[in-house]
Amino acid sequence: MVHWSAEEKQLIAGLWGKVNVEECGAEALARLLIVYPWTQRFFSDFGNLSSPTAIIGNPKVRAHGKKVLTSFGDAIKNLDNLKVTYSKLSELHCDKLHVDPENFRLLGDILIIVLAAHFSKDFTPACQATWQKLVGVVAHALAHKYH
Amino acid sequence: MVLSAHDKANVKAVFGKVGGQAEELGAETLERMFAAYPQTKTYFPHFDLGKGSAQVKGHGKKVAAALVEAANNIDDIAGALSKLSDLHAQKLRVDPVNFKLLGQCFLVVVASRNPSLLTPEVHASLDKFLCAVGTVLTAKYR
Repeated sequence: MVHWSAEEKQLIAGLWGKVNVEECGAEALARLLIVYPWTQRFFSDFGNLSSPTAIIGNPKVRAHGKKVLTSFGDAIKNLDNLKVTYSKLSELHCDKLHVDPENFRLLGDILIIVLAAHFSKDFTPACQATWQKLVGVVAHALAHKYH
Repeated sequence: MVLSAHDKANVKAVFGKVGGQAEELGAETLERMFAAYPQTKTYFPHFDLGKGSAQVKGHGKKVAAALVEAANNIDDIAGALSKLSDLHAQKLRVDPVNFKLLGQCFLVVVASRNPSLLTPEVHASLDKFLCAVGTVLTAKYR
């Protein structure tokens, strides 16, 4: 089980409280699809992904980004119980969605950059370190049920 | 992975904007890397890695200078970094995985200092550029 210090929990909760989940989620997913275009392979039914402008403006991308980051919020509420919290989601991503877990790591790194852009100087090295740990642990939990 | 004309223009624009603070960017990149990825500290047992370390600042300056050099010679990164590539292959032998970690931290530094500069397209170009630099530096490993 992953250990979270009081300071780490504070760095997570403190930042999360200020995150606009809809905006950050949409931006993170859009950047994933733009920076790592091969990730578009999972979204063939999303319509127009032909350019960065199209991706950013795509309502399905926005909606799905919000969904993904909302789920991230569940992780934050259950830091001590992540594998169980994400058990069904993990099975879904393996059995139905067939998503390579590497993509969870890519999205995690993109989310960090989005947070850095939003929070600027407040996204201190200590803050980044904690959040890199968090996205890594979330990616691991999402991959846990893969077989 | 090939850098398009757009990518090259985007990268040059970024370094045009931030090149003047290269030393600080380099130092902050390393500071973030050591904090977020403690295993990277294993390459610096001879360094004082405490906050404000002069050695980290000095090394950050070197790292940033190399990135600036690569950006200024973006049509021939392999040529521009050839000596550095030799150094990494023969002496430093930093495991290739670590270049991604440094790249991530550099992107975070640019994002946190210049959010408006790092549009999604520029982000993509800069990420590609950093990958290309890592590839060049590890090209002669075996």
